[in-house]
Amino acid sequence: MRVTLMVPCFVNQFYPKAAMAMVEVIERLGHTVEFPEEFTCCGQPPFNSGFWDEARPVACQALQNFSDAEVIVGGSGSCVAMMRVFTPELFKGRKEEQLAREVASKTFEFSEFLVNKCGVTDVGARFPATVTFHDGCHGLRELGIKKPARELLKNVKELTLVEMTEAETCCGFGGTFAVKFPMISTSMGEVKCASICATNAEYVVSNDSSCLMQIQGVLDKQGKPIKSMHLAEVLAKQ
Amino acid sequence: MNATVSSFLKDAKRVSADLRHRSLIQNALKGYLVKRDEKKAQFQDWQHARQTAAEIKWDAINHLDKYLAQFADNAEANGAKVFWASTADEAREYILDVAKKHSVKSIIKSKTMTGEEIHLGQALEKAHIRVVESDLGELIVQLREEPPYHIVFPSMHLSRHEISDLFQKKLGSEPTDQPEELTMIARRAIRGEYIKADMGISGANFAVAETGMISITENEGNARLSTGLPKVHVAICGIEKIVPRMEHLALFLPMLATAGAGQALTCYNSLIGGPRQRGEVDGPEEFHIVLLDNSRSALLADPEQRDALHCIRCGACLNVCPIFKNVGGHTYGTTYSGPIGSVITPHLRGLQQWKHLSQASSLCGACTETCPVKINLHHHLLHNRRNAVSESAPFIEKIAMKIFAQVATKPKLFEILSVLARFGDFFLGLVRNTVLDPLGAWTKTRSFPNSAPKNFKEMWRERAAKKEEAKR
Amino acid sequence: MITGREAILGRIREALKLSAPMPGDHGPSTDAVPVHSHGPAGSPAEIRDWLPSVGKNWEENAQLFARNSADLKTTFLRVPTVAAAHQALKELAASEKWARVAFHQTPLISGAVSSLGLTSFETKADYDVNELERCDVGISACDALIAQTGTILLTATSGGGRALSVLPPHHVVIATRDQLLPDLSSGYELLARVYGKAYPSFITLITGPSRTGDIERILVLGAHGPKKLTVVLIEE
Repeated sequence: MRVTLMVPCFVNQFYPKAAMAMVEVIERLGHTVEFPEEFTCCGQPPFNSGFWDEARPVACQALQNFSDAEVIVGGSGSCVAMMRVFTPELFKGRKEEQLAREVASKTFEFSEFLVNKCGVTDVGARFPATVTFHDGCHGLRELGIKKPARELLKNVKELTLVEMTEAETCCGFGGTFAVKFPMISTSMGEVKCASICATNAEYVVSNDSSCLMQIQGVLDKQGKPIKSMHLAEVLAKQ
Repeated sequence: MNATVSSFLKDAKRVSADLRHRSLIQNALKGYLVKRDEKKAQFQDWQHARQTAAEIKWDAINHLDKYLAQFADNAEANGAKVFWASTADEAREYILDVAKKHSVKSIIKSKTMTGEEIHLGQALEKAHIRVVESDLGELIVQLREEPPYHIVFPSMHLSRHEISDLFQKKLGSEPTDQPEELTMIARRAIRGEYIKADMGISGANFAVAETGMISITENEGNARLSTGLPKVHVAICGIEKIVPRMEHLALFLPMLATAGAGQALTCYNSLIGGPRQRGEVDGPEEFHIVLLDNSRSALLADPEQRDALHCIRCGACLNVCPIFKNVGGHTYGTTYSGPIGSVITPHLRGLQQWKHLSQASSLCGACTETCPVKINLHHHLLHNRRNAVSESAPFIEKIAMKIFAQVATKPKLFEILSVLARFGDFFLGLVRNTVLDPLGAWTKTRSFPNSAPKNFKEMWRERAAKKEEAKR
Repeated sequence: MITGREAILGRIREALKLSAPMPGDHGPSTDAVPVHSHGPAGSPAEIRDWLPSVGKNWEENAQLFARNSADLKTTFLRVPTVAAAHQALKELAASEKWARVAFHQTPLISGAVSSLGLTSFETKADYDVNELERCDVGISACDALIAQTGTILLTATSGGGRALSVLPPHHVVIATRDQLLPDLSSGYELLARVYGKAYPSFITLITGPSRTGDIERILVLGAHGPKKLTVVLIEE
């Protein structure tokens, strides 16, 4: 399969290793990875803040970047949700609506791509560590993804998965919410981190880098030793 | 920034940092989640039940004129008096008139959020009529002179010790840390009031069009007593409470109890169809139903968000909302809190003044997932944000978004800024935790990552170049 | 000069000129439930498919009612005959130390009350509620017992008024075999059948003794309604 990679703007800036890990895993399965360098952003920041007119040109450009793709894979539930759920709504009744629906139908989050599209649950990874998994809200509720990540982690050799009690509770990032309402965002992050630390895991893993930014941010401030990792980075380990 | 927003921010900051509040609420809701999941699991098919409930409500709301008229006609045929109140003022005025006509000196009230919405208690007290709250949670917050904390559990935020102190001070009771004794103190205090009261006021959980009856859901028995003993009963009912047929309650009552309280059914679910009928031994001589619009018809006129009127006021969305759990019900500063409150308050009370409730959300979607009638709650928060911006966007934010759109549609410029930002890390480090820090809202409480030494595009290009090299 | 009714209905009609999407059109594909084909939304058949399952026969339903009663802290007594019911009530009266019994006139209830031989108070038309308040127990009939939820269905007509079953601190219901129904939908069907369109002004579903969770979400029985609820089911 010709897999086109969607790398969110903040992953490009802060967590390129997570995206590179996705490339390694996908190539390991025998697919070719393409990357449209002109892709900048899916348009979520203005969209979430209600500036839909300003979001449209950005989302439209993203649609152009991916229009020729066979299949598009993104490592962040929130950006995939933007492409799959919200971009069609953004262009409802407009000339781009058809293209938006086409692109949406071939866009996948990384774990659901591996398990649901490729039918693969074992990518030949090995990572001797105790990890706990955080379900990013967009992946969980906009895209309906819960099982794939866990099935993949189950098959990573020597890895122990411990579930936290609040796996499905929002970490508090929420895009601009994190800086517009920092006190609420922080207390949500603290609740999340308390649940993470209670598992005594060495790593907290998620399929959304924005969540990991929030979680690691709080953990660092609290001086906790737990490290965060993107699911792709775990799966790339051998 | 208007006063509503600044007090929201102030309260949100104070309460979300209050660790005692945080653990009290978390513990209160943990038990609820366990019971709710137990009862949901007993349904043969909870998801299909949600779909059917949503469809029944869709039918009711999208044919509201037909069903409301049917409801009123049937209620009046049973001897009830129906008053159609377009505004909160009209509703209050009517109720005060009824009270005056009957020389009412004391009123016993059971829980009604619609009554809260129109500030009925205050209006009655101003007219020198004594109002006694019979619901334990409402009694507690009435004595504390504060609004209800939660639409279903008004005193969820208080510990037994605080309640004991309150009863000691206001009811003259002995201190105790036993919930059972505290409940008995309240029971004894209210007992005589049922028999003494000249009028009873209640809300309505549902209004059955087919039979002209209102349905009241409760656990304590105070609503049955408040509506059954006094000579006059007045029920306030939002126009959206309509369900078409009595048999629909077989679905709604269990779903309301399950989602709202983790119970299969609440203790008492009563249908009241009129004043005392011929042949009956007791019951009020007069039964008034005040149908309240109060901007619900405005929400109805928004087809995108009309499903918010399907709400059965179960409170489930509050119970799962991480924002509600962290800032608490009082911070919202308005009758309806949590996700449903954030969605409907701009429609009921003004978009520009109340849009901040729609903004104060991470859009996690737990509310939409849990809603028994499938209201598209978290997406409506997005819709409110969009509507607020279309109506009147804050100047600086609009400029910033326009700049963002310009930059994001110029890939080469975007790339340059991405590389420059890396060098910016050095300067950011200098101003960190000072008043000059542009990321201050984040860095005060969380660490912020540095830009990666190479961004992904650079890493990709290098990797591609290496592959080319290897080929040659 | 338009009436309040016309004003509100007018606004509603205006608002409904634009149509809203059918429910369930949003949400991820895993949540999607196809719009059903049961006919108009919310038929009893459809509702029965989704709600908790019930017994396949009378005995199973009686046991389901019993299990639910145990969870709710309702005392549920199954007795073979009317005479056995009288005996059970005599024992209850002794253990609970009843002095005054409130009741309403039906052959079943009057028979049971007179067999107790205690001071009794009948909720006749315009009775004095202060007298009712002085009673230790209210004994009533009902329209049905609902197995699915452990619920008693009664009305102002079948239950001796609105207050008899809620004011005294103990409520006793005497029910007969034919009154045990499987589910709530059956209860509403019965109401339509029995009362036609002349419904009583008050109909209630009682599910357990009165309770509250308003203090730290801790369950306490006997808030304002009865603290004790006893159901006697005569099986003959």
